[in-house]
Amino acid sequence: MSAVETRKPARRANRRASARLKSLAGFLVVVATTYLGLLAVTFFIGRVVPIDPVLAIVGDRAPAHVVERVRQEMGLDLPYYQQFWLYLKGVFQGDFGTSVLTTNPVMTDIRRVFPATMELATVGTIIGAALGIPLGVLAAVRRGSIADQVVRIVGLIGYSVPIFWLGLLALLVFYARLGWVSGPGRIDVVFEYTFTPVTGFFLIDAIFNRDWAAFRDILSHIILPASLLGYFSMAYISRMTRSFMLNELGQEYIVAARAKGLSESRIIWGHALRNAAVPLVTVIALSYAGLLEGSVLTETVFAWPGLGLYITNSLQNADMNAVLGGTIVIGSVFIAINLLSDVLYRMLDPRTRTR
Amino acid sequence: MNREKITTRLRPLLAGAAFSLLLVSGGVAPAFAVTPADTLVQAWAIDDTITLDPAESFELTPAEFIGNAYDMLVRLDIADTTKVKGGVAESWTVSDDGLTYTFKLKPGIKFASGNPLTAEDVAWSMERVVKLDKSPAFILTQFGLTGENVTERAKAADEGTFVFTVDKPYAPSFVLNCLTATVGAVLDKKLVMEHAVATTPNDEYKYDTDFGYAWMKTNYAGSGPFKIRDWRANEIVVLERNDNYYGDKPALARVIYRHVKESATQRLMLEAGDVDVARNLEPGDLDAVAKNGDLTTTSAPKGTVYYISLNQKNENLAKPEVREAFKYLVDYDAIGATLLKGIGEIRQTYQAKGVLGALDSNPYKLDVAKAKELLEKAGLKDGLSVTFDVRNTQPVTGIAESFQQTAGQAGVKIEIIPGDGKQTLTKYRARNHDMYIGQWGMDYWDPNSNAEAFTSNPDNGDDASVKTLAWRNAWDIPELTEQTKAALLERDADKRAEMYKKLQQEALDTSPFVMVFQQIEAAGLRGNVQNYKLGPSMDTNFLATVTKQ
Repeated sequence: MSAVETRKPARRANRRASARLKSLAGFLVVVATTYLGLLAVTFFIGRVVPIDPVLAIVGDRAPAHVVERVRQEMGLDLPYYQQFWLYLKGVFQGDFGTSVLTTNPVMTDIRRVFPATMELATVGTIIGAALGIPLGVLAAVRRGSIADQVVRIVGLIGYSVPIFWLGLLALLVFYARLGWVSGPGRIDVVFEYTFTPVTGFFLIDAIFNRDWAAFRDILSHIILPASLLGYFSMAYISRMTRSFMLNELGQEYIVAARAKGLSESRIIWGHALRNAAVPLVTVIALSYAGLLEGSVLTETVFAWPGLGLYITNSLQNADMNAVLGGTIVIGSVFIAINLLSDVLYRMLDPRTRTR
Repeated sequence: MNREKITTRLRPLLAGAAFSLLLVSGGVAPAFAVTPADTLVQAWAIDDTITLDPAESFELTPAEFIGNAYDMLVRLDIADTTKVKGGVAESWTVSDDGLTYTFKLKPGIKFASGNPLTAEDVAWSMERVVKLDKSPAFILTQFGLTGENVTERAKAADEGTFVFTVDKPYAPSFVLNCLTATVGAVLDKKLVMEHAVATTPNDEYKYDTDFGYAWMKTNYAGSGPFKIRDWRANEIVVLERNDNYYGDKPALARVIYRHVKESATQRLMLEAGDVDVARNLEPGDLDAVAKNGDLTTTSAPKGTVYYISLNQKNENLAKPEVREAFKYLVDYDAIGATLLKGIGEIRQTYQAKGVLGALDSNPYKLDVAKAKELLEKAGLKDGLSVTFDVRNTQPVTGIAESFQQTAGQAGVKIEIIPGDGKQTLTKYRARNHDMYIGQWGMDYWDPNSNAEAFTSNPDNGDDASVKTLAWRNAWDIPELTEQTKAALLERDADKRAEMYKKLQQEALDTSPFVMVFQQIEAAGLRGNVQNYKLGPSMDTNFLATVTKQ
């Protein structure tokens, strides 16, 4: 702040800062409560599912004394509230426990599986948005035309066809029959010895290492599952784009713009879409967050070692540390993406900026 | 599905695919992929692997890794599975009183690390198993070993001689068979102890070291033809040739297992040449592979049997006539011809084919009239209603549904309660079921393993310390329990085999176990894979002889 400024605006700035601090504190309280609720609910669900967590560790054939000993080691003989308290204490010290299935600390596992899911979701969302927005605009502009109908049908199919079936079909056609793309997995086994992931985002790692052969291989592996996820988010994004655009195109400023003699493309892309973009950001962000949870079926069909598969597998084995860790990550992702879309919202919509 | 429908459904996909193509520009992957010539790539659902430590591992897939990467004192003879042959032991003798086993080791064996393998390593590996006392430890502790006496009873007499003392004069075949189990693997003491962590002794665990337990979960210290280079849970296992191996060295430089869960996905990868072997093919996919000229299949019966069991706590199911009637209500022929095609064969006795004393007898056929007669005798003329806990995987779901339908013809109303694997198992282990369909894999390759599971129940109380399958179904059988015990001490192998046959016959006639089939493990192979042979157990799926053309 410069010295030329008068005291009055300074006081106003102070007031504004304290208001912001207050809203920040409020926000933190909300986040903390959300986390605590999330943990408590997941924890107790995990304890009441009719699956014995000891089974995953010792197997069906272990003698009874081993089963009992492991039950005690895991603290499962304690009352629930005590188990939860012990777990919370660990979490506050940054210890999310160990997964019994992989024997790794849960956060190590998640650092490994989450980038796989995130990479897939990111490419999927890019494809979904790149296709969905133009198609949605097209459908809105040519409302009722054949183009509109086609977009609607394509979208409807995206909603209703089981992804498991579509995934297998896509593999059959583009991988097995045509050989245009690589098959299941993230990378070919020939790179097992030469390619060492650093960030866990393989595409980025390959660029980083200037390993172009690996890059092409990774791209050729990711493109099919990502297109599939992209197709599903495209279906959603195009529907929403269409309805936002229709809303905007009915506004008076569009009529005014037309009266001014602006070109139609300028009106659609420059004016209407610009305003429709504001709610659209939220739509895209939510669809991205949805993909980040990990699509279990896509990951199963494409043997993609991601978060969805990890959590499902853990849940089926009552590996609760892993499930809780995964839940925290997904919760954090939702909170972060909501925040991010709030920020973008403000940037795009002048009305939500503070005076 | 007709062609037209497919093309309509395909249309939207083409949009996405066109975009894919744009990015891949010209197609990156060749239409047909080839795996490296010195590498065998296998697609296999390996998510049951939770540790690589032979002292703890008791699951199916890791048994194959351990079987190929470690050596034991003695190994199962693949040519005649009722016998054993030397592993690291060259020869062995049993004392006249049947209590002392003396093993002479093959000279000059080295671990993959380069450390020499001595009797001290054998003794220490056994001590480690007993003191850690994990799930499979009972295979060794059943010979009377405890944390206190193991260093005395499993001992190195000199560098090349290992002496093992058991507490009772067991049948030598029983002792030797147990030593072939993966829990009997010989570990590199020097290497493992370099990674051991100090622990504080307490009431539960009385030792001041973890014997390298934490390290061994994900690491390797063996002497087999392959070494385990890497394991990433739910992703990959990499085996590499062990150049220090004393026997014939494998032709392959490495074997890579890729975790692929779906049968259909595995088949596509096999057809495209991205994998050389597919391990979890379901009957339909297996059939398609067998018909493909570029591919072949191979199979071997495994020591896992599937059964439907009747909880004797249910008063209707506890009636002997009902137990017998249910054995007449399974449509064995239809199930064998469709659901089990290529992956199992009907077997009504509880010992797996090929094990010592296995009884080959399938007397039951679907006979609704006979079953009705038996039910009437039991005072259940109007039938009965029971629940049936079934986990939601094939082929058990299909078998359960078939049984539900045929049993219905005799007035037995079955309500299937589907559940996830661990969920139905939890209920079963707590004896809260009416009927359950399960599988049982042998703990070790000896008839005692299944005899103890199916025809032994030392204490039928709810808080029993030994909970066998007979216990889980509340089948109280003091006499059979005694006979099972007696067979362990019969030192004449032929007489011992006879005793097991008698036990199986008894179970066939009276037990609450409706035995359905024995698992056949099948694999689809690319045509250039040679000498790929599946063994009778997971740890005998040996890879050392496999070559690729």
